[in-house]
Amino acid sequence: MVEVQHLVKRYGVKNAVDDISFSIDSGEIVGFLGPNGAGKSTTMNILTGYISATQGTAKIGGFDILEEPMEAKKCIGYLPEQPPLYLDMTVDAYLQFMFELKKVKLPRKEHLHEVCALCGIEGVRQRIIKNLSKGYRQRVGLAQALLGNPQVLILDEPTVGLDPNQIIEIRGLIQSLGKRHTIILSSHILSEVQAVCDRIIILSDGRLIADGTPESIAATLSTDHSLTARIEGDCERVQRVLRGLGSDVQVTVEGRRENESGAEIYDYRVTSTERRDLRRDLFAALCREQMPLLLLKTSELTLEEVFLQLIEEQHAAPAAGEAPTSGVKDSGSQMGDAPAEDGLKKETAANGDQAGEAAGGEGTARPSGSEADTGAGEAQGAPDENGTETAVKAPDGPDTRKAATGSGATREREGQSL
Amino acid sequence: MTAIFKRELSAYFSSAVGFIFLAVFFAFGGFYFFLGNVLSNTTDMRAFFSSIFSVIMFLIPILTMRLMSEDKKLKTDQALLTAPVGLYGIVLGKYLSAVVVYLAAMAMTVVYAVTLAAFAPIDLSLFFGHLLGAIFLGLALIAIGEFISSLTESQVIAAVASFAVMMALMLIDTLSSVMPTQFLKDVIYGISFYTRYANFTLGVLSIADVIFFLSVAGLFLFFTVRVLEKKRWS
Repeated sequence: MVEVQHLVKRYGVKNAVDDISFSIDSGEIVGFLGPNGAGKSTTMNILTGYISATQGTAKIGGFDILEEPMEAKKCIGYLPEQPPLYLDMTVDAYLQFMFELKKVKLPRKEHLHEVCALCGIEGVRQRIIKNLSKGYRQRVGLAQALLGNPQVLILDEPTVGLDPNQIIEIRGLIQSLGKRHTIILSSHILSEVQAVCDRIIILSDGRLIADGTPESIAATLSTDHSLTARIEGDCERVQRVLRGLGSDVQVTVEGRRENESGAEIYDYRVTSTERRDLRRDLFAALCREQMPLLLLKTSELTLEEVFLQLIEEQHAAPAAGEAPTSGVKDSGSQMGDAPAEDGLKKETAANGDQAGEAAGGEGTARPSGSEADTGAGEAQGAPDENGTETAVKAPDGPDTRKAATGSGATREREGQSL
Repeated sequence: MTAIFKRELSAYFSSAVGFIFLAVFFAFGGFYFFLGNVLSNTTDMRAFFSSIFSVIMFLIPILTMRLMSEDKKLKTDQALLTAPVGLYGIVLGKYLSAVVVYLAAMAMTVVYAVTLAAFAPIDLSLFFGHLLGAIFLGLALIAIGEFISSLTESQVIAAVASFAVMMALMLIDTLSSVMPTQFLKDVIYGISFYTRYANFTLGVLSIADVIFFLSVAGLFLFFTVRVLEKKRWS
């Protein structure tokens, strides 16, 4: 339904949107997530034909937005960040105008009635928009976007400025609309995207850094193969024991925990680069060595942490200079199928070479390293043993890891040497 | 285009702009009519149409200042540009709405003519020549005003800039007389709006003058479309 290929939008020297590709199937609700200035609105403005891309193509319903703008625009309902309302018109007059402007062919009276009822603005139809509250204006904007039952709805921060009650209402509305429309919405609020969307596309600095279901994105970075263990005993010895668990195990000391007895207690982060579940082995090994295990936990990342982590990596990578960039990107567009829960790609970002290997040679893996700025190689990932796939495109480097560790939302990745 | 035309036209009269424009035009028109025809006991409207030139020049910016700038400010251009309407549709729809308000103002002169006709026969062909001249002048000036309005977000800036351009167009004749070379004189003279308009008020209906005004209108409408287009690409 929506197909975006290598979209670039350049403002002067700054790339507001930097080589973004994705595709969205009918009936999906996709959330664009990213901090302010990540390129969400720019991408949406390009998709709707408001501005033109510097490079790349965007197709809506099979029509290129530049080549066949009329056809493409007929498929779109757009609610920009600031609803495009003529303040001196009544709601009714405004919707009539938009109805005509969009050349909607449906029976006018019934359709306007239907849309107004859907957005809950029946009661204010005769009022002048200037006098409406922000929440109502937002709804009128949404109603305007819904006119003509467009196949694709593009909503830029639809819940911004609404009170909590209205937010819940609008979310409910969006979810119910998702049955009939393909919806792209943007937000910088994670919980919102998490609540509403089937799929999340995370943008940062104009780059696509993750694409998948909320669960799969969290899972990609999830640390169930990475444990935090609080162990009493001589630090050196404990580390030796932990490393003895296997050649794929990496250990870092997270910090000392004091207790009243003055015993040496440290927190260790134990990671299996092969994503093994280490808990049983770890328990057995520590038992043998008579080292009391005081705490053992896997860090489940919330999406919030994942988000922060991805963003941090994004920023840290260029700073790291020759960071071993990893770029494994989901390509819904290349996959061509809906990233339903089980159709997702779970893909660890390794360094470029490994990514290439993981792809089994079917993807193109550009050598990275120098490409910290572009976010690196592309590779079509192979499903892991769970059959789930996600894709994460994130530059990754030693510095990044530190940054992530510092935030407490951590995970280790394979391919990183410690 | 029709949707935009209808909305813009109703916007003139849902705000005060349309009324103020018409009221001021009628007031000054009435003044010149009184001075040129009623007081001087003549049905010859040449003096009236000649004086109305400056009124038109000063009032057109009021008409055009909000045409494009308001949309930029309210961000309603996002609705227009993402709707299945071409850029020409947007620009022309707005242009025509201003033209219709302008024609409504001009219609007043017909009332004057009819009033005069009650007392003495008037030269109808001469009158329509006058009217046509005023209409063509308006078409050109509105296009210039719309273009200036598309350059800014602020209605005030659009209005002031349009006033400045109108002033310059009025002063250009004076400039022509002080030009050192004949060539420059001809060039300035060639782009003088007043000279072209004066031909109409003298009762000369020259195709060249008509084409001049129409091509100015076309050129600036084209420029306006370019401005919108440029915004998409920058």
